[in-house]
Amino acid sequence: MKPLNVLFAVSLIALLAVGAISGCKKKIATPFPASGAIAGWDKSSETRIFEPKDLWQYIDGDSEQYIQAGVVSTSTSDYKYKGQLEAVVDIYTMSGPNGAQTILEHGQTKDANTVNIGDQGLMYAQSVTFRKGVHLVRIVAYQSSTETAPALVALAHGIEANL
Amino acid sequence: MTSRREFMKEAATGALVFGSQNGLALTRALDSGSKPKSKVVIARDPALHGTDGKLDSARVSALLDRAISAYTSHNRTVDAWKRIVLEAGAKDKVIGLKTNGLGGKGISTHAVLVLAIAERLQQAGVKPGNILIWDRNARDLQACGLTINTEPNQVRCYGSDVSGFEDTIETWGSSRVRFSKILTRECAMVINLPILKDHSMSGVTFALKNMYGMIERPQDLHATGCNPGIADLNAFSVIRQKIKLTIGDAMTSVYEGGPGFRPEHLWQPNALIIGEDRVAIDQIAWGILDKKRVEMGLKTLEDARRPPRYIATAADSTHALGVNDPQRMKLIEI
Repeated sequence: MKPLNVLFAVSLIALLAVGAISGCKKKIATPFPASGAIAGWDKSSETRIFEPKDLWQYIDGDSEQYIQAGVVSTSTSDYKYKGQLEAVVDIYTMSGPNGAQTILEHGQTKDANTVNIGDQGLMYAQSVTFRKGVHLVRIVAYQSSTETAPALVALAHGIEANL
Repeated sequence: MTSRREFMKEAATGALVFGSQNGLALTRALDSGSKPKSKVVIARDPALHGTDGKLDSARVSALLDRAISAYTSHNRTVDAWKRIVLEAGAKDKVIGLKTNGLGGKGISTHAVLVLAIAERLQQAGVKPGNILIWDRNARDLQACGLTINTEPNQVRCYGSDVSGFEDTIETWGSSRVRFSKILTRECAMVINLPILKDHSMSGVTFALKNMYGMIERPQDLHATGCNPGIADLNAFSVIRQKIKLTIGDAMTSVYEGGPGFRPEHLWQPNALIIGEDRVAIDQIAWGILDKKRVEMGLKTLEDARRPPRYIATAADSTHALGVNDPQRMKLIEI
């Protein structure tokens, strides 16, 4: 192989490696879409992260069922759609997929509609919950309008792509 | 209307409600038997929420007035509030309004109710600076729709994250707790302003469990369905002495999936529930939640294996915090 070709090959490998590493870092850094990344949605608060031992500070007694299901970390952030609709996104990272499935199915009621997001998704009038691998994602809107459901689904797809 | 003289006579003859042992003694015994009854008022207004789904502040104030009048038997609400402050020994002292914002926006004590109470207290002669709206922290208060304010001459609003907690660990039964300094050092009296919710562990969260927001590590009291944690916490003398009245926010509630905000299980009972006996209030609240759950095709809390056993514990002879026997309650629904 000519020296120029070797240099090109090494450079290409290096570039791919850097790309792969930075890509991984991006996914690890935040699954929360930035403002504008999903049409109409703005991230309206800092991301808060809770370890299992501190989860009670966020969800009080609810924390116990997540701990029993193997929660490793919980992240949450507020969002706003078109400056009006307020929502909160919770991402629970579990020790295994079974934990995410347990929580998702435990909360399911007969008025839930299935939605094709991640490995399994459920939708109500003002909320979307889905699981993907070890992650359980819950998006809850504080208001209800005709725009709520499609807006939540769009945000859910944006988060799913980052997981 | 009961005059103060008549009231004192009744107090002297022991014809007062159970809750008055540590409370305000605002209500009279409602039968002539030897066992007094705990009075609880449920006031409802089906039109409390407007067509936009938001609470109508004027209707909330009117509902509060009706509820307080019915509870105290005072036609003029300003007289009722004066009496409440006087009986609590809180004249010219700080009165705390303990909210519950833990569930986040959408399922926290509504600011419109809190501010209506603060307004009525001022009309009864309480200085703005002597009214302190409080909860665990700023985030919880903001979830209620309140604004943090530490100005001493205005109605104040801040959490235990500002005041801090006592260094001393207090013990009662299984509970080892450090109380908020807002409770121990600032308030002469606290009006309890919980919001009615289903709770994944205790079954019900309302009048008694709202005390969890007054201590540093409430998570330590959540084992075995918060029983006896809730009862033990309410048995501490500082809570017995200072939590004089509960004005329960049942304007919005979650009947399943609580204590967090679950819009799919949200409903609007459009009610305020008032009383001094927190055990009686929670017993009644349990019935309200179960009725709604059955309506919605869900199991009762008992069948769902999370009955609020802490209520019976709070009523037992060891804790003696109130009554859970409906025969010993006088429920007035208006």
